[in-house]
Amino acid sequence: MESATTAAVSAVPVRPWRLLRWMHVIGREMTTIAITIFGLLLITFLIARVIPIDPVLAVVGDNARPDVYENARLAMGLDKPLWQQFAIYVGKVFQGDLGKSILTAKPVAEDIRRVFPATLELATLGTLIGVAFGIPLGVAGAVAQGRWPDQLARIVGLVGYSIPIFWLGLMALLLFYAKLGWTSGPGRIGIAYQDFVTPVTGLILVDAATQGEWDAFRNAVSHLILPASVLGLFSMAYISRMTRSFMIAELQQQYIVAARVKGLSESRVIWRHALRNTITPLVTVIALSYAHLLEGSVLTETVFAWPGLGRYITTALLNADMNGVLGGTLVVGAVFIGVNLLADIIGRIFDPRTR
Amino acid sequence: MNRYQLIAGTMLLALLAGGAHAQTPKDTIVMAKQIDDIISLDPAEAFEFSGVEVGANVYDKLIGVDLANGNKLVGELAESWTVSPDNLVYTFKLRPGVKFHSGNPLTATDVVYSFQRAVTLNKSPGFILLQFGFTKENVLEKVLATDPSTVAITVSKPFAPTFFLNCLTSGVAGIVDSKLVQANIKDGDFGNEWLKLNSAGSGAYSVRAYRPNEQYALEANANWYKGAPKNKRVIVRHVPEPASQRLLLEKGDIDIARSLSKDQLAAIKSNTDLGTVQGDKGYILYLGLNTKNQNFAKPEVREAMKWLVDYNSIERNILEGTYKPHQAFLPKGFLGAIDDKPYKFDPAKAKELLAKAGLPNGFTVTMDVRNTSPITEIAEAIQANWAQAGIKLELIPGDGKATLTKYRARTHDIYIGQWGPDYLDPHTNAETFAINENNGEDAKSKTLAWRNAWDIPEMTKVTQAAVLERDGVKRAETYGNLQRQHQQISPFVIMFQQVEVSAQRKTISGWVIGPTSDTNFYAPIVKN
Repeated sequence: MESATTAAVSAVPVRPWRLLRWMHVIGREMTTIAITIFGLLLITFLIARVIPIDPVLAVVGDNARPDVYENARLAMGLDKPLWQQFAIYVGKVFQGDLGKSILTAKPVAEDIRRVFPATLELATLGTLIGVAFGIPLGVAGAVAQGRWPDQLARIVGLVGYSIPIFWLGLMALLLFYAKLGWTSGPGRIGIAYQDFVTPVTGLILVDAATQGEWDAFRNAVSHLILPASVLGLFSMAYISRMTRSFMIAELQQQYIVAARVKGLSESRVIWRHALRNTITPLVTVIALSYAHLLEGSVLTETVFAWPGLGRYITTALLNADMNGVLGGTLVVGAVFIGVNLLADIIGRIFDPRTR
Repeated sequence: MNRYQLIAGTMLLALLAGGAHAQTPKDTIVMAKQIDDIISLDPAEAFEFSGVEVGANVYDKLIGVDLANGNKLVGELAESWTVSPDNLVYTFKLRPGVKFHSGNPLTATDVVYSFQRAVTLNKSPGFILLQFGFTKENVLEKVLATDPSTVAITVSKPFAPTFFLNCLTSGVAGIVDSKLVQANIKDGDFGNEWLKLNSAGSGAYSVRAYRPNEQYALEANANWYKGAPKNKRVIVRHVPEPASQRLLLEKGDIDIARSLSKDQLAAIKSNTDLGTVQGDKGYILYLGLNTKNQNFAKPEVREAMKWLVDYNSIERNILEGTYKPHQAFLPKGFLGAIDDKPYKFDPAKAKELLAKAGLPNGFTVTMDVRNTSPITEIAEAIQANWAQAGIKLELIPGDGKATLTKYRARTHDIYIGQWGPDYLDPHTNAETFAINENNGEDAKSKTLAWRNAWDIPEMTKVTQAAVLERDGVKRAETYGNLQRQHQQISPFVIMFQQVEVSAQRKTISGWVIGPTSDTNFYAPIVKN
């Protein structure tokens, strides 16, 4: 009652001041983002230059003649001093040009537009699975602390977190694809459906649905479900452990005692009161785990022949494909910052103190 | 369970059940392969296994080899050819009526243009043509269309005809559709940007779609001059993990798996739906001993190392059918190749040689090892072998490109690696294993002999002379002798030759693995 009155009173005179404060916050955020991205580029650039791999080899191959080798080196601008190479690169990035990939012979931006949707699809479904199962599991663990549901949640969490994802992926394929035949195998979509979905967004599910290709849609889902579950198990493990500890902290608060004394049903106490108050930290946890999946998980993508961002960056790195690595890192950095920002905003919305 | 949960559950089940059992379409051959090595599909640029393999199925060449007949040279786009008495001018008569995929007729102009662009672009495989004296300035004088169906090519020296013709069988000599390519030129690049991802050939297939690191789809050319391919489409998917390839094959979602490891090949033996196909590849597995290391500068030590590899047990326990023993620098199937295997595992003999070199108690040395199978396993086996003669071998694991960078700078002690021939002529390997024109750091030509600091002025002369030998039989003899001498004194421990094995469904027939990527043809593959 009291708080509502104060808010109503103070809301009117504060408004213009608030706008200024918001602009200040946004300005500060933008500066942080710019510095972060610049630092990210600088470090990646230096690391990629320090590793003892000759990028020219990736272009011309081992058997190349000296003149061919030299031409390629000049074409790549590798004869210029390091700082100059970096300056040229950064300059181009500001013009929106990420350069050309050595490996695919295509502009890096185009490559990323191709591989990122694959990762996005996988990471989103993986996170949804993680949230859908992780939160109830964590809540159950906290409520039944020390009893069997808690032990079960702990085992699932440990298993999900510690089993190598590579092995788990292969076993899942062996069981659900090879033995039981419930899902499709590695790849994003069956070869028979490949040509019937025109890539518009690059997200096969969205493209197939909007184009009304429901057979292709089902096929894509049956390809997606297994890798997404493997990733989902991983993120579920993390989310459930974090939910459990947030919930335990909340359940010890006095307002919970008060709610119980008031005679509220236990489920109302848990879901409406306790869980609601864990949302702010939980959103951050989920966002971080989502951002982590969006980097692309190299091992999962390898096992499931998933043409995503993680494998793109790794292949580029192992072949000293500078532009590919920098472009990929830039995207990962931007995604991380973006998701964190989003989590901040959502957190502010849910947190009455910042509303 | 409420109503919504029930509906959601039913939908999920329906989704799961759908599309799980898609067999590969009829008339379409589906392959799983590691194709992330492709840099370009342009025949003037492609020089990696997978890119060259695409070219072999998309572009026709003047000359080809008959795999069934000892790699004999046969005319392809050239119906016939003559060589002038001084071995300088080759005249090719083109096959009449050949058309490109675009419908444009193939004429002498296309041949001239193809040579011009390969020589002028001078990408990785360009040297295969450049070594005959073509430059971007003179190529239009040296390669002439004397009439619409005749091409006369002049080489700079009286090279052995087998040498020049063998080189014309490689991908870089593929003939492109000059009209189509010219329509796609950007900034005078001879259509290179466009051809990296598209095709302009007359061969068995055209490139329908290529997504780097994902897949390529080839569409059969029903009007191919050799007759329409036995299938309508070939789709090659990039499946990086061999275990996933195996599962796909067992389920019938692919027809051919190209990159199975030996464990997986062993495991599928019991599956009666599957079979395997083998082919000798030109890849040679060897150790390079850097003679900058004082110990390897001694001939006795180099010889001792050759007696210290347990070839048989490595083949039996590690390689199991994916490599076979081979100790000469020319792989089987090449002109002049020999099958001599003078060395076997004999630690006593090795110790004797080491004692003679003043190292009775062995020495310590390092080896740069790519961290891939089977290289790592072989290196570990050798480490154990050498310990028996008191040699302490330290393995330095590294990524492929990293170890290679070190090797090219010749800062290694020992490098364990593979060498693949660039084209189907003995000179390709002879040149790198047995020529070192200048052993200094300023050398222009950094052959494998140079990388191991092996100074061989005499052998260099003999090897260089062999490319001018007119008589094919004599030429073969020269290479035989070279290899025998090489086996005795060189700092190369040549151990194995690669055998490529691919696994396929029993419904597939006609797939033959050729000696190089230039000879892996898809057209004869049939699905019953």
